[in-house]
Amino acid sequence: MAQSNRLPSGGRIDRAKPLAFTFNGKSVDGFAGDTVASALLANGIRLVGRSFKYHRPRGILTHGSDEPNALLKVDRGPGRADPNNRATVIEAVGGLKLSSQNHWPSLEHDIGAVNDRLSPVLVAGFYYKTFMWPRSFWDKLYEPKIRAAAGLGVAPDVPDADRYVHRNAHCDVLVVGAGPAGLAAALAASENGRRVILADEQAEMGGSLLAERTATIDGVSAAQWVAHALTTLAGRANVTLLPRTTAFGYYNHNHVVLTERVTDHLERPDPKLPRERLWQVRPAEVVIATGAHERPLSFADNDRPGIMLAESVRTYINRYGVAPGRRIVFATNGASAYAAAADAKAAGLDVTIVDTRPESAIGPEKALAAGIEILAGHTVVGSTGGKGLTGLIVAPFTAGKGVGARRTLPCDCAGISGGWTPSVHLFSQSRGKLIFRADIDAFVPGISVQKERSAGACKGTYGLSAILAEGWAAGSGAAGADGSRLFAAAPATPTGFAPARVLPTDDDPKKVRAFLDFQNDVTAKDIRLAVREGFESVEHVKRYTTNGMASDQGKTSNMAALGLLSEILEKPIPQVGTTTFRPPYTPVTFGAIIGSARGQLFDPIRTAPLHEWAVEHGAKFENVSLWRRAWYFPKAGEDMHAAVARECKAVRESVGIFDASTLGKIEVKGPDAAEFLNRIYPNAWLKLEPGKCRYGLMLKEDGFIFDDGVVARLAPDLFHVTTTTGGAPRVLAHMEDYLQTEWPDLNVFATSTTEEWAVIALQGPKARDVLQPFVTGIDLAGEAFPHMAVRVGEICGVPTRLMRVSFTGEMGFEINVPADHARAVWEALYDYGQRFGITPYGTEAMHVLRAERGFIIVGQETDGTVTPEDLGLGGMVSKVKRDFVGKRSLARPDMALADRKQLVGLASLDGRTVLDEGAQIVADPAQAVPMTMLGHVTSSYLSPSLGHPIALALVAGGRTRMGETLHVTTPAGFTTVKVTAPVFVDPEGKRVNGVQTEGALHA
Amino acid sequence: MLLVPCPYCGPRPEVEFHCGGEAHIARPADPNALDDAQWAEYLFVRTSNKGVHAERWLHSHGCGRWFNALRNTVSDSFLASYEMGQPRPALPTEGGK
Repeated sequence: MAQSNRLPSGGRIDRAKPLAFTFNGKSVDGFAGDTVASALLANGIRLVGRSFKYHRPRGILTHGSDEPNALLKVDRGPGRADPNNRATVIEAVGGLKLSSQNHWPSLEHDIGAVNDRLSPVLVAGFYYKTFMWPRSFWDKLYEPKIRAAAGLGVAPDVPDADRYVHRNAHCDVLVVGAGPAGLAAALAASENGRRVILADEQAEMGGSLLAERTATIDGVSAAQWVAHALTTLAGRANVTLLPRTTAFGYYNHNHVVLTERVTDHLERPDPKLPRERLWQVRPAEVVIATGAHERPLSFADNDRPGIMLAESVRTYINRYGVAPGRRIVFATNGASAYAAAADAKAAGLDVTIVDTRPESAIGPEKALAAGIEILAGHTVVGSTGGKGLTGLIVAPFTAGKGVGARRTLPCDCAGISGGWTPSVHLFSQSRGKLIFRADIDAFVPGISVQKERSAGACKGTYGLSAILAEGWAAGSGAAGADGSRLFAAAPATPTGFAPARVLPTDDDPKKVRAFLDFQNDVTAKDIRLAVREGFESVEHVKRYTTNGMASDQGKTSNMAALGLLSEILEKPIPQVGTTTFRPPYTPVTFGAIIGSARGQLFDPIRTAPLHEWAVEHGAKFENVSLWRRAWYFPKAGEDMHAAVARECKAVRESVGIFDASTLGKIEVKGPDAAEFLNRIYPNAWLKLEPGKCRYGLMLKEDGFIFDDGVVARLAPDLFHVTTTTGGAPRVLAHMEDYLQTEWPDLNVFATSTTEEWAVIALQGPKARDVLQPFVTGIDLAGEAFPHMAVRVGEICGVPTRLMRVSFTGEMGFEINVPADHARAVWEALYDYGQRFGITPYGTEAMHVLRAERGFIIVGQETDGTVTPEDLGLGGMVSKVKRDFVGKRSLARPDMALADRKQLVGLASLDGRTVLDEGAQIVADPAQAVPMTMLGHVTSSYLSPSLGHPIALALVAGGRTRMGETLHVTTPAGFTTVKVTAPVFVDPEGKRVNGVQTEGALHA
Repeated sequence: MLLVPCPYCGPRPEVEFHCGGEAHIARPADPNALDDAQWAEYLFVRTSNKGVHAERWLHSHGCGRWFNALRNTVSDSFLASYEMGQPRPALPTEGGK
């Protein structure tokens, strides 16, 4: 497409580097240095999108990150397409594919535009009033339909092909914004070697100075001054320049987060580069130099494509060499638009100024408008055109006397200016208090809370000389120097405006649709309606009308709504207050936020040393806390049920081998180790002999169980403590807390050894036969190595801590070996064990086997409200120890109530129903709802050993209910169960000693 | 994110720490001597004051050590950090804004 609106000369674009991208499939030409917005305008494209709610045709309103209208989908290739990008921010790059959003079937012909006709109905709060009932319609009909009809772009549905990284940085001074104030601040702050980071959201640093045509600073042009400043800064080793970097959040303790766009502006980026870099910066001091946002004017149909901010018109002309129109009307209530008009005139365009102020109120800016027709004391009452502006309707008015005859000024572009709003977002995020300055009709930074200072337009300072001096002083002060410098900027910046809320009109104000929030389609009428309906708090009005709640966060609209609200309520603005500024300043990609925490790094998986063996042998896996554990080892054609039944049978009848390496292990060592364990555990430890193990429940001070495990005493001053798989870190933390804070006099060290020791469990009547040939230095004979003994020796020539323990009810050994040797030992045992039919089993079989034997699992049979007595393990709690963690709480009367939930077994009366874990239990299924719940099922399996279902449950007063019939919820209704003892296999515990109790087993 | 002053390692980001609640609540020397109300007081009741608060912190992803710190719960500023077992320091005259 020809660049019909490109000016023959001027601008900071590189005319030697042409490029082309597509917009809705049509080719658009531009130059390096263009934004997508400037290139679209250069190609004469004004209509770029449809509005959120009414689907009104919209064009480009601004030239920066405050853009509410021009939201495009950007497609950079497979996996690199994302919606809702502001055309004013995207740099023009060859090959980009851009498309407009929120329309069907096309941008030009959008069926959804019918909403605009329905606008008298679709007012603020419409949804809340209309789609109230029936309740069930909301999820299925109303919400999906409303979302489809109103909305932004479509979220991508394929994984993001790009890479994002995080980076931490420290500096003495962070300067946010590289306009005149920020550049001066960075120059001053870096003079004496302080480490300075200067970040600016735009591709090119210089801010508003890049759009100056006539301004000079200290005798050189603004552009030359910027170039010199940047050369100076780049030459200082203590300065880091970060263009394309937005400081979007200001958090506690001077934590400022920036997002840097690294590759989006490159046609063929180095694949090694991340797309974006998130900077977490901790500067000692921050200089906020974020400038100000121009306000639109509010009048009927102020949203037609072709109407844009006056400063934006100026920027497109001066910085990009683009004429946004050939006949431009500037409508303003203040001085700054005169500079824009003068620059448009200088570019050879046809210019008219409409000023709401009377002739007498126009200041020295009038001199800028030499040769331009000025309609002073005029209001704008409307605009003409459909998908593009054709004229502005203006009329003279006098305060108190009303609006005179209308007149249409033909134009293809209007530059509107309603004054300026300092960008106080970061200051406000830093928890600083804003104060209102009536003279500039704006909130400015007041009392600082963190180590920051504002300078320039974001502080309400608009004259260029003053901005530069303020920036220098802020930078110098932040660097601890408190220097000052004067700058001579000419000509004087035209400043000042007469606040205007909604422009006077001769129409019925109830029918006028003057937009305040362009992105969320909020009109002045909506604000009035909200007040009429009783909303007076600015926060409520914001939420009811959604003004300022779009992704632009109301940068161009908040002050307009606030001013109007103040006018309607007849309260001064400081009394109305302002809404809260929250991060992010501009939208941030999810990619930048999550950085490398995706895919395998999203939630890293821990694997034990025998993991690869399990993978090679076809194991299915389950996640247990952070670990991935072998769940079961199916043979060809087996489902989980069949595999688990086979694994259980092997353990009960011969021998099974199991990887228990994920068990937490803590080495507790020191002269006071036994005394320490005696205080931490409820049972007695002082008299446990070296060479023996003991099972311990660990309580918190509230008396409830929070972990369990076997503890082996290896020497008078050395204990090998095991914990649950998921509990290892919290048990160590619990021990450390007591050691460091309550009993610092105890000489004990607690060290995590979970990853040092792999654990191979051999369980079953043939376990000793498999183990025997490989062990040296340990007598495995029954009387020499009884159940709950521990020995130190060698297995396969490597050191072992060998324990005779069982979590299955069978004779069992847990073989601790150094992690690096785990596979060699495992394979030796596995090969030799073939003659006994050795069978690897997984966590599911382990769970079934332990439940058959009635062993609890912390977190399954316990939930943080269960005591040892509740589980029938009260006998483990020492009656003679004077104190231990949890003892005093166990003496509370509530801990002894007869109706506490107690561990019982449940047998399904039909002999088939496997209960759901978590299912509720009641005594009488016919009682009225809400029913009295007696407890819940904690573990439930089909027992391969017994051939019928088994379940463990916590039931109120459970131990007094033996033999009682209760009822358990199932998806199909209640099922009937009988209360039994919570042990199903080998209640006498003979099998751990190798005694066979065949009669107890079904198989 | 807060910068937490570990007395052993210096200021470090909050994610390296675990806050252990109110400080200077010693475990009673003889819990059995307390009646139920007194025990409940020790176990469950904590002050939640607006202003300067003494808290226990654990540098769990650092040196692994517990320490106490004075933090202003309004401004989130840390006024002091000190080793376990040391008395609560006198407040600095300013800075607790």
